[in-house]
Amino acid sequence: MSENKRLNLTLHIWRQKNAADPGRLATYRVQGVSVHMSFLEMLDVLNEQLTAQGEEPVAFDHDCREGICGMCSLTVNGIPHGPQRGTTVCQLHMRHFADGQEITIEPWRAKAFPVVRDLVVDRSAFDRIIQAGGFVSVNTGGSPDGNALPVPKKDAEAAMDAAACIGCGACVAACKNASAMLFVAAKISHLAKLPQGQPERRERALAMVAAMDQEGFGFCSNQYECEAVCPKEISVRTIAVMNRDTLRAGLGGA
Amino acid sequence: MEARPIERTSSASLCRLLCSSIGSKALVALTGLALFGFVLGHLAGNLQIFAGQETFNAYAHWIKSKPALLWGTRLGLLAVLAVHLGVSVRLARRNRAARPVPYAFQNTVQATSASLTMVWSGLAILAFVIYHLLHFTVGAVSPAEFGRTDPLGRPDAYTMVVLGFRHPAIALIYAIGMFCLAMHLSHAIQSVFQTFGLNHPRCMPLVRRAGFAAGFLIAAAYVSIPAAVLAGIVTLPPGVSP
Ligand code: FES
Repeated sequence: MSENKRLNLTLHIWRQKNAADPGRLATYRVQGVSVHMSFLEMLDVLNEQLTAQGEEPVAFDHDCREGICGMCSLTVNGIPHGPQRGTTVCQLHMRHFADGQEITIEPWRAKAFPVVRDLVVDRSAFDRIIQAGGFVSVNTGGSPDGNALPVPKKDAEAAMDAAACIGCGACVAACKNASAMLFVAAKISHLAKLPQGQPERRERALAMVAAMDQEGFGFCSNQYECEAVCPKEISVRTIAVMNRDTLRAGLGGA
Repeated sequence: MEARPIERTSSASLCRLLCSSIGSKALVALTGLALFGFVLGHLAGNLQIFAGQETFNAYAHWIKSKPALLWGTRLGLLAVLAVHLGVSVRLARRNRAARPVPYAFQNTVQATSASLTMVWSGLAILAFVIYHLLHFTVGAVSPAEFGRTDPLGRPDAYTMVVLGFRHPAIALIYAIGMFCLAMHLSHAIQSVFQTFGLNHPRCMPLVRRAGFAAGFLIAAAYVSIPAAVLAGIVTLPPGVSP
């Protein structure tokens, strides 16, 4: 691929004025997209074009553009965050696309994530689930010594793997059932693996699962599409941890 | 918004658990496991047809001579099936409702076709089971082949099965039913492990492959019976005419 290759693309983008608008796919052409651009920069180019033509630019969520904040949320040709594994769409480069390609861009699709405008969805259901998780017990007073609480390396790593979740919601968007279980499982197993998370471990699992159920997400049927699109490659093993903790807590076990 | 206070677990929590997403999944897995037990037991019984008319009829007669066991099992299975079906359908409907606006561009990364068609393979198995009961338990499919007795005066289950499977169309229906069972089991077996939280990085790839293989092996073992009849390996007892 030549260094300065440019792409001409046909984009089918979901346009929706507000939550009440039924929305539709609109087709746009963008010319001369550099392969070094990120997917969002390509959309910036389109939006400049639209603004120059006096049209409304396409609304989409973004913030850090370096794959850590979890704001960007585009479904690219049916795959949340696009075709590159382990990558947020803000970190997806146009070199993964071919000249003349047609690309369909849709918002996350879930009842629990209503569309606010165009490609922007309301993900506050995730915040409510996190709030339902409550607190962890810590002693007040001076900050403890860094190594005062030993954590086995295996557990520390499992907890860190789960803690890598940026809460973008791609798992919900990819799941054929619009289930939020990978997200909730990441949050539950992150604390379940650490000593600090033990006192409230079972109650937290029950409360977060109950909050998840209330938000109208679907239920996992073990197809593992979530794991395939997660930009942080969180494993569905976390879901097994959540299932185990919830079943044990629900059955009254310790 | 205020954080919800965390509740202590109580006896009422079991009820709540069973209605929750994870509790419902566990119910489906548990009842599925019971039905899987039946699938294995039924297969063990059926394969006795290869031992000939005497063994097979004696086995069939033995089951029929224990009405308490027979009806206990039948009613138990019916209840288990009702829960399995009822909860799965409720979950499937909820899953549909969770995505009211579908994607215009549908795509899939790693979901297996078996996992995507669990509801349909399950309903197909239900239809097959009803047909199977009408065929060999009620005798409504081909009444002329039903209700014969063997030289010892027992119901001649062996002859009934052989006569039934001599029709290629009926054998085909059984093969299709068993293909649906294979698809269903190939996703179901590994799913049970995941649902009960038994996912170990070293074991899970093996469990997935073994589950897939077991589903198709079990179905193949069932299909071996009509196949053997059509191939002339399992034949009518001497002196019996169709
Ligand atoms: S914009 Fe922050 S992760 Fe993509």
